[in-house]
Amino acid sequence: MVAALNAALRDALEEDPRVLVFGEDVGRSGGVFRVTDGLQAAFGSSRVFDTPISEAGIAGAAVGLAFGGWRSVVEMQFDAFSYPALEQIVDHVAKMRERTRGRVDMPIVFRIPAFGGIKGKEHHGESPETFYVHTAGLKVVAPSTALDAYRLLRLAIDDPDPVMVLEPKARYWSKEDGELTVEGPGIGVGRVLREGDACTVFSYGAMVARCLEAAELLGGDGVQARVVDLRSLSPLDDGLIEGCVRETGRAVVVHEAPRTLGLGAEVAAIAMERAFDFLEAPVARVTGWDVPYPPAALEHRYLPSVQRIVAAVRRTVAY
Amino acid sequence: MTTPPEHWHGAAPLQLLAPDGSLADGADIELGDDELRAMLRWMMLARRLDRECIALQRQGELTVYPGFEGQEAAQVGSALALRPDDMVFPTFRELAAALVRGVDPVQYLAYHRGTWHGGPYDPRATRFGPICIPVATQIPHAVGFAMGQRLDQRAACTLTYFGDGSASEGDFHEAANLAAVFEAPVILFCQNNGWAISVPTADQTVGEIWRRAEGYGFPGVRVDGNDVLAVHRVTKEAAERASSGDGPTLIEALTYRIGAHSTADDPGRYRDDDEVESARAFDPIARMRAWLVARGVVDDELLAAWDEEIEADVLAIREGVIEQGAPPTEWMFDWTYAAPPPGLEQERQEALGG
Repeated sequence: MVAALNAALRDALEEDPRVLVFGEDVGRSGGVFRVTDGLQAAFGSSRVFDTPISEAGIAGAAVGLAFGGWRSVVEMQFDAFSYPALEQIVDHVAKMRERTRGRVDMPIVFRIPAFGGIKGKEHHGESPETFYVHTAGLKVVAPSTALDAYRLLRLAIDDPDPVMVLEPKARYWSKEDGELTVEGPGIGVGRVLREGDACTVFSYGAMVARCLEAAELLGGDGVQARVVDLRSLSPLDDGLIEGCVRETGRAVVVHEAPRTLGLGAEVAAIAMERAFDFLEAPVARVTGWDVPYPPAALEHRYLPSVQRIVAAVRRTVAY
Repeated sequence: MTTPPEHWHGAAPLQLLAPDGSLADGADIELGDDELRAMLRWMMLARRLDRECIALQRQGELTVYPGFEGQEAAQVGSALALRPDDMVFPTFRELAAALVRGVDPVQYLAYHRGTWHGGPYDPRATRFGPICIPVATQIPHAVGFAMGQRLDQRAACTLTYFGDGSASEGDFHEAANLAAVFEAPVILFCQNNGWAISVPTADQTVGEIWRRAEGYGFPGVRVDGNDVLAVHRVTKEAAERASSGDGPTLIEALTYRIGAHSTADDPGRYRDDDEVESARAFDPIARMRAWLVARGVVDDELLAAWDEEIEADVLAIREGVIEQGAPPTEWMFDWTYAAPPPGLEQERQEALGG
């Protein structure tokens, strides 16, 4: 996935001379996860550059650059380190198009290595998606595979609106065969990764792989769970959620973020509002707990495990 | 001679025109009479309009309005020093600068009329950024814009206004440091008016704001912000430095907020009227008028004619403001995204009763 993201940045820089890539350690070192490796050498330090450690300043500068017609791709080094920029993102990045009555677009991409699962230090494993999803004017995507990572990042860079790209750190080293292409559905479209009629399991980011694993186990026992990768958290693919709930009558939502006001709540509400008559069981949520992200030694007790997902699907199917 | 406001203590600011309207010894004013007249006239219009806005708020025609009486020279002098291609990122108290930059005041005041956020004028066409309320957040915008000007190799610069209170925000620091590191052609223009709502500058910051520039690695200047000639000069020099690739400048313009923080504020709770009265002795308009009259650049007849024109202009602005009604409901939805997602389209229909 790291290589796919790197290729997306490279291709975007190549195609559009107004694209800039900047952030902390993205230039000379190529980023702490090496996503920007080699880009400064290829495109020069005026288009790919290191910044001082100033998340709010960087985000604000991206706003000013957008006024001048530049498209900034900003790396926030880790999820919890994006918070100093929250004021700029919420007050300006998200609202500038509205405030200027569409005269000034904010084609800014914030790439954030996000979520846990890599036994990281404190503040290196958080799920900030709800903050951003709850902010009108932003789009939020979270790829789970390398090919989607390439496509979604390219789409995000091309988008006239600001897009938060939450890159699942735990999937950075995952591999996928296929052609890197921007062709395919736009931001806002999820996809069915595994067919099944007993229940739909909705997820995104690093948890998708666990859901697939759980579905395989369940399949061995004759329970065919459909697995949906939401991919886009804002906008959500309401139509896909509705359709899957109508067809399978049962739903489980899986995410790392704490349960309260997580995406699971929204998916459950959509299922209820749009497919109430088709529901055979309450929508179940398998999530991180409503506690701060734990230390590495307890990470496995916090993140939704394959066992927890399997158990939730069984309960839902047996309801 | 009245003593200057307390926050003017410390290094003497550059002053060309003394409060009594006398020119500093040896001051070389290179501006032509037309330019000098324009400075005075803009300040007069700005003050009259500012007072009208406060009246409009009292009459229920504007929402909360932040006045700027006393700061006319800081804004007019700096804005007149910029060229058309330069860019400005303001706070919410720069109506005078907006006027000078050619922003339609009726459109500008839509913000305070409560009919639109940010600024319904075109920030690109007017080269005047949206009105910015979150304190100091416009400073990094200016730095980013200036970074873009540099990348585009334009001989232009960006000026951002902020106050003494803003200088306490992290955004000020981050932006100033970014500006230095990227040699951004930017002017950080602090209007130190002595008060951040109820907190005096002495309780806001201990050192002198202009001196911080040295720590960032670029020049800082302290100027009498009520002296339109001095403000114009230091801003012009900073703009020339920036545009020729020599990087940022921090300007601290010492001025005074004669009025309340906004129409929702009661300075009687925290400030003596005596202080305000003393500060009036440093009035920016009176000294410029006195000097120009003494120099024969304006006379009573011209000033009376201006007063009449300004009355008419302000009346027209007033009428334009009052004519503005609530925008259509769908405008809430029209620009949130370039292409509204289906869920939002549905909400729009719901809001419209469809």
